[in-house]
Amino acid sequence: MKQLLSFIKKEFAHVLRDRKTLLILFGLPIVQIIIFGFALTNEVKNAKIIVMDEAKDIASQEIISKVSASNYFEIEKSILSQQQIEESFKKGIIKMVLVFPSGFNNDLMHMQKAQVQVIADASDPNTANTLTNYLSAIIMDYQQMLNKGTSLPYRITTETRMLYNPQLKGVQNFVPGLMALVLMLVCVMMTAISIVKEKELGTMEILLVSPLKPIIVILSKVIPYLVLSVVNGVIILLLSVFLLGLPIRGSIPLLLLESVLFIITSLSLGLLISMATETQQAAMLVSVMGMLLPTMLFSGFMFPIENMPLLLQVISNVVPAKWYYIIVKSIMIKGLGFSSIWKESIILGIMTLVLTVASLKKFKIRLA
Amino acid sequence: MRTLKFLLQKEFLQIFRNKSILVMILVMPVIQLIILPLAANYEVKNINLCVVDHDHSRASQELLSKITASGYFKLAGYTSSYDEAFKLIEMDRADLLLEIPQGFEGKLIRFNEQKLFTAINAINGIKAGLGGAYLINIIKDYNTNLRSDWIQHPRVNQLPTIEVTASNWFNPLMNYRLFMVPGILALLITMIGAFLSSMNIVREKEIGTIEQINVTPIKKYHFLMGKLIPFWILGLVVLTIGLLVTRFVYGIIPQGSILLLYGFVAVYQLAVLGLGLLISTYSDTQQQAMFVAFFFIMIFILMGGLFTSIDSMPEWAQVVTRFNPIRYIIDVMRMVVLKGSGFSDIRVHFATVFLFAIVLNGWAILNYSKTS
Repeated sequence: MKQLLSFIKKEFAHVLRDRKTLLILFGLPIVQIIIFGFALTNEVKNAKIIVMDEAKDIASQEIISKVSASNYFEIEKSILSQQQIEESFKKGIIKMVLVFPSGFNNDLMHMQKAQVQVIADASDPNTANTLTNYLSAIIMDYQQMLNKGTSLPYRITTETRMLYNPQLKGVQNFVPGLMALVLMLVCVMMTAISIVKEKELGTMEILLVSPLKPIIVILSKVIPYLVLSVVNGVIILLLSVFLLGLPIRGSIPLLLLESVLFIITSLSLGLLISMATETQQAAMLVSVMGMLLPTMLFSGFMFPIENMPLLLQVISNVVPAKWYYIIVKSIMIKGLGFSSIWKESIILGIMTLVLTVASLKKFKIRLA
Repeated sequence: MRTLKFLLQKEFLQIFRNKSILVMILVMPVIQLIILPLAANYEVKNINLCVVDHDHSRASQELLSKITASGYFKLAGYTSSYDEAFKLIEMDRADLLLEIPQGFEGKLIRFNEQKLFTAINAINGIKAGLGGAYLINIIKDYNTNLRSDWIQHPRVNQLPTIEVTASNWFNPLMNYRLFMVPGILALLITMIGAFLSSMNIVREKEIGTIEQINVTPIKKYHFLMGKLIPFWILGLVVLTIGLLVTRFVYGIIPQGSILLLYGFVAVYQLAVLGLGLLISTYSDTQQQAMFVAFFFIMIFILMGGLFTSIDSMPEWAQVVTRFNPIRYIIDVMRMVVLKGSGFSDIRVHFATVFLFAIVLNGWAILNYSKTS
């Protein structure tokens, strides 16, 4: 026991001495919270558009003023030639062109029907779609204003409620994802690299010839990162509660417990990588390739899993972060209890067991 | 010049000798370029819908079949109570529930007006927003059809209507991959350049071989150029591989000039490698260098406009993105590949990135000292 303690102390000293890495480890989640919380939105706002008004009558002017009054659009300028449209798109300064054909108001009043053309830069399809929707809504609004007084028969209206996240912020989606990402980063990359480093520098040999049991060597390597990860997780939670105002709806002890489970899963994974690689560069590439990217991709926090091809959906099941992400989302945002996440917890538990056994088996006390 | 030649020879030898790293440099981008766009798909479809039908009328059935026929929605459940449907949302089996009130059809005829209710799981904001908009559009459509079915005579529309015709340029089929692939290629070039160059000099520091170089008459800039040029060439090789994958796997043919792309990437690479070198000169261990590089690349990627549009960011964040090299390459890649923009359209990008290259490399050279 005393051996273990003094060994853990040595490892802590190693970790705490490297100030720059430590700074990054704690700085990364903070910066990401700020970026995700305040800089990134999926909302489309202030899209620059061009209006090509060949009609210049009351109707077109009124619609234009409605468009420029909305938050979604910013009218860049008004032009008249087709060629300028293409040029502006190619320069990438505008997202959309709104064209009123000549005689717009005339058509509307006398033929009861007029056309508006919308040209969108669909190289970004979702933005194009969203903007077209917004613009149609504004035009429909105008049309309804024209038709006021005459109410349509058989009207079906829809009342929509956005659950969990009424303002459609990105935060709800990403805080759980960020937890998974940062814990993964600390546990897998840091453990893998720090153990391989001892191999590369030759100090591993010294540890192996010492009377310490291999299990103690491993434990003491792993425990500092466990502590660091828990601290990091708590920081993320505190920031998200106090800075982003995202409350934790479910039980906090349960959340912490599940986090520790996930941390142990990641640590055993880092251990396995360190057993299988020989140089720090290789360990880094494997953990980035093998863990970080899959975590970002397949946990479902950046990209919806159900949109992926079936093969990738199947692959996503072996990524631990996916299950952890579901757990955090359920506890934090939906406020559910253990009864609805026991399945995910068991899966994580089994993964941990398999990974630990595999890495212990791979652990060689003798050098090749 | 001769010194540089020998240094280059040394660097290339080191790169080619380490087969596993070389394979990773060349194979990783291909695999990522194939997997990432498949996974990074924001196209919203296959939304799981749960219907709570209290009405069971012909009208409600028609509405339902219209919704499922749209292709955006999959019927995940058909329950008789709101609570059951809500359970499905809690378990993530459904994203959206639509409640049709009792007597929907009858009351619609009697009162001329009826209200439907939808609740959307909005944890994922985009999906909720677009999914809700799709559903409302379908209901509106259904409403219009129903009106023209139920009202016999007025063939001519009495009320003035404005028709919006939308045309989607540069990507008429609204293919999301067309948007993602060039951006991801830009990302890969950046990541490889930044990570490798940042770890390279530190490795010599850590192993101790840098002392040997420091005592030779090799000049600072010779040494750094020797480090830089091999990765610069590798970056262009990665671009070539990437463009081939883009062409033959995704069938995306760049609209603009390929030469222009190479020209831009060549300048851009200098900036990225400069960043890597700079990190390298500030770090003592590979682990440190990697984490610092990771930190910056992560922020650059998030703020680069790959996944979320820069225009929607608040003012301060938009100012920050001006100092983000990744922003420029993602922009240029998309502009040249998708829209066929020419040199005059991207000359500002060129100048900015060139400036980055000079500042970062100059800083790295100043900061690298041969004596410790």
